[in-house]
Amino acid sequence: MTTSRADGPYDLAVLGAGPAGLAAAVTAAAAGARVALVDAGPRVGGQYWRHRPGDTGAAHHGWAAFQRLRHGLAAHAGRLHHLPGHAVWHTGRTAGGFRTHTLHDGTEQVVESTAVVVATDAYDRQLPFPGWTLPGVFTAGGAQALLKGHGVVAGRRIAVAGTGPFLPAVAAGLAEAGARVVGVFEAGLPASFVRQPLTVAANPAKLAEGAGFLRTLLRHRVPYRTRTAVVAAHGEDEVTGVTVARVDARWRVVPGSERRLDCDTLAVGYGFTPQIEIPLQLGCATRRDIDGSLVATADARQRGSAPGVYLAGEVCGVGGAALSLTEGELAGLHAAQAVGAAVADPAVVRRLVRRRTAQRQFAAALHRAFPVRPGWLGWLRPETVVCRCEEVTVRTVTEAVTELGATDPRTVKLYARPGMGLCQGRVCGYATACLVAARSGREATAEELRGMAGRPIAQPLPLGILAAGDPGADPESGSGIVPDAGTDESSMPAR
Amino acid sequence: MSTDTRAGAGGPAVPRRPSFPFRFDELTIEAEPGQSIAAALLAAGHRSWRRTRVAGAGRGMFCGIGVCFDCLVTVNGRPNQRACLVEAAPGDLVRTQEGAGRDDLAC
Amino acid sequence: MVGAACAYHCTSAGLRVTVVERGAIGGATTAACEGNILLSDKEPGAELELALLSSRLWARTAQALGAERLEYQEKGGVMVAASPATADGLRKLTAVQRAAGIDAVDVSRDEVTGLEPNITPEVAAGAYYPQDCQVQPVLATARLLRHAREHGATVLPGTAVTGFVRDSRGAVTGVRTDSATAPLIPAGRVVNAAGTWGGELAGLAGVPLPILPRKGFILVTEPLPRVVRHKVYTAEYVANVASGDAGLQTSVVVEGTRAGTVLIGASRERVGFDRSVSLPVLRRLAAQAIGVFPFLAEVALLRSYLGFRPYCPDHLPVIGADPRAPGLLHACGHEGAGIGLSAATGHLIAQVITGAAPDLDLAPFRPERFEETTV
Repeated sequence: MTTSRADGPYDLAVLGAGPAGLAAAVTAAAAGARVALVDAGPRVGGQYWRHRPGDTGAAHHGWAAFQRLRHGLAAHAGRLHHLPGHAVWHTGRTAGGFRTHTLHDGTEQVVESTAVVVATDAYDRQLPFPGWTLPGVFTAGGAQALLKGHGVVAGRRIAVAGTGPFLPAVAAGLAEAGARVVGVFEAGLPASFVRQPLTVAANPAKLAEGAGFLRTLLRHRVPYRTRTAVVAAHGEDEVTGVTVARVDARWRVVPGSERRLDCDTLAVGYGFTPQIEIPLQLGCATRRDIDGSLVATADARQRGSAPGVYLAGEVCGVGGAALSLTEGELAGLHAAQAVGAAVADPAVVRRLVRRRTAQRQFAAALHRAFPVRPGWLGWLRPETVVCRCEEVTVRTVTEAVTELGATDPRTVKLYARPGMGLCQGRVCGYATACLVAARSGREATAEELRGMAGRPIAQPLPLGILAAGDPGADPESGSGIVPDAGTDESSMPAR
Repeated sequence: MSTDTRAGAGGPAVPRRPSFPFRFDELTIEAEPGQSIAAALLAAGHRSWRRTRVAGAGRGMFCGIGVCFDCLVTVNGRPNQRACLVEAAPGDLVRTQEGAGRDDLAC
Repeated sequence: MVGAACAYHCTSAGLRVTVVERGAIGGATTAACEGNILLSDKEPGAELELALLSSRLWARTAQALGAERLEYQEKGGVMVAASPATADGLRKLTAVQRAAGIDAVDVSRDEVTGLEPNITPEVAAGAYYPQDCQVQPVLATARLLRHAREHGATVLPGTAVTGFVRDSRGAVTGVRTDSATAPLIPAGRVVNAAGTWGGELAGLAGVPLPILPRKGFILVTEPLPRVVRHKVYTAEYVANVASGDAGLQTSVVVEGTRAGTVLIGASRERVGFDRSVSLPVLRRLAAQAIGVFPFLAEVALLRSYLGFRPYCPDHLPVIGADPRAPGLLHACGHEGAGIGLSAATGHLIAQVITGAAPDLDLAPFRPERFEETTV
């Protein structure tokens, strides 16, 4: 079934209903554009405003902004359609625009649009370490989602580890919900952050938010330890403890500093990785950001390098919810103008651009304050699993380099299968790229990260649903779409 | 049905909403409306509900947002369902998944 | 793969070898194929002779290097015919193939089901080809090159050939590259094993070679237990392999892999080096595969990949010395059979270079044949 308006395709398909996508959709609709807001979740809000039905927002930050956007969503319901439960598996170009294919309730749905705003979220970046596959080890965002989205506290005695300002936020939420948080173990030394006073002064709200989390931790007597890392998790069938160690500036373990800590749960994250498969499907240029993540390149108007594609939020550089809102608004304004809706007010654009500049500087300062340092490679053992899906160990990855002569992560993937499993390298892509590059004594390049990031089918898709869209298929057998043959992807220009 | 608070095996007290039961292997698990299967299992103290194809290692929820595919379970006969995304429904039959979860097709 | 096979057989013959690869080892067409070592899709002629030799050499190579390490499997192929008419055609094909030395066994509908329990009941008959094999092509390439390195070869990935070095009489005496550390590689012979880009490389030496890309997609499913035992094709596959039609052609090839994924092919299109993903082609492949294995409807597609087969107008590869550029040999243009034919190709190239009598008559594969026919 093709989801488009009776009078033709949507002006805009906004992919992702987190802060960036919501802002883009509401802004573009307010400017008069006809918008489809496509999202896999049951409710708008994305990961940042993940909530339960009837949630009053007490535990959320920026809830007032979320309320405003929800009101905007309702106010423009005539031309802004929220499509929940739509997991995008492919976006392709047609003669006149774009076609976004989703999996919805066991059927394929197609959203046609003149332009697209890609506002896909990000997820926790992971570094492998011994024991990280044990049940009871969660991503920091996973522990957060469990609490905010489902009202469940991940465990009783919880260690929080990794790097970045997200860790105190997660730990504070868990402590407030009644868990015993045995410590926040920050591998970095964020002191460098306060040495950038101008950037910090320009973003007082963000700073106050961070201070609030630290006050909450203090109140619950949760220690916040810097230059300290969880370098192993222990347990037979589940986590029963972790090894915490002091690390130096390069994150190498300080000999003799290791100590065992009893806990039943570990929440861990090393920054964020943007969901970049849709921009890659659309042929958008990508680059390696300051934080080491592969991100799509956006211009001043939030346009990707492929015509008709706009980018907002983490997908063009991890920067948090406030920056996502700004970028979303800008993308919404420019995209709406490009498809023939209202011309953006230059004064509004100037104000947003100023705000974006300050917020990006703040994000860059955070990235510089919380870098991932290569010493984590020393925490690994030969038998440590790198790829959780295909159960590929460090030893196997290393042998692909030393025995078989692979020099880049894509070749390692072809030899040894890291990144070939169901998650398609979302979890291990960064670590595999780092691991292979480190064999040559360097950091992973953008090209190498791309080698682990391309996913022509973004979500596992039952073959029967794919086949139902084949013009030769038995019309009785499928409830999916029958795309009209005139504008299918085969007419797409070569990239 | 209950609206009290609980200190479930999975974690300390959090306000509850009226719950309903579903089956997990031989057990009955209570879930709240809108809760994922993973959340309900964790709240009931279960952390592992899959055995991997190669090492037979136990796995449960990891990313919690549908990215990592570690929390796979068989739901009402359909394998490879992400427990962190699928909302529990009254009467669901959830089974621990062994390997690829398609042993019925093996030949 | 073909380049690695040349390096493997040449070093085994005592030659000193340098392998120059523009990208990553086995990263282009080799990484986008199924790893077929087939006899079943061949009709009598020069290519079948090459395939028979290659089949024997692959078995020997697998024994020497370890079948496990190459994921070399003597899995056998099953060709199925959906209608009685196609079944008749298949019977005629197998009779001809048997006469030419292929082990082709006619099987009934029940026997097909015995070979492949998950197959659709709507099968008229089939043929079983026990000699059909498979390798994991990228692993095999890496393993062959590792062996070559251990026997003195130098392998230079990420190094592109930018030109040829010629002596005063025009003979090729080496190549120039874009590498700062090895800008000039002198060589008594240069083997062009650039696959789909073989014509481009030959052009640098001033000799035309009409090798064109034929695009193909493969679908990869989620990991499964063993659900498909053999390589399973429909009888239309052979017709498409041999076809010269420029339009889209699809036929069913379904097989399992060591890793548990099921691979679904095969499409053939002449659309240049267009790397775009065509959903209509993916849909057709999925629909056809479900037609043969109905259980696949419930199985998830995980990814698709695409590649460009190197094809020549007469569907035969180019193997041997090029009289138009003394010192230059070609080993390319194997279309969709490069993995299978690589062993014989490498072996024959080594024979030519060492001056041994080739095991096969190379005349059908001679590089200058295209110019002769256009005169």
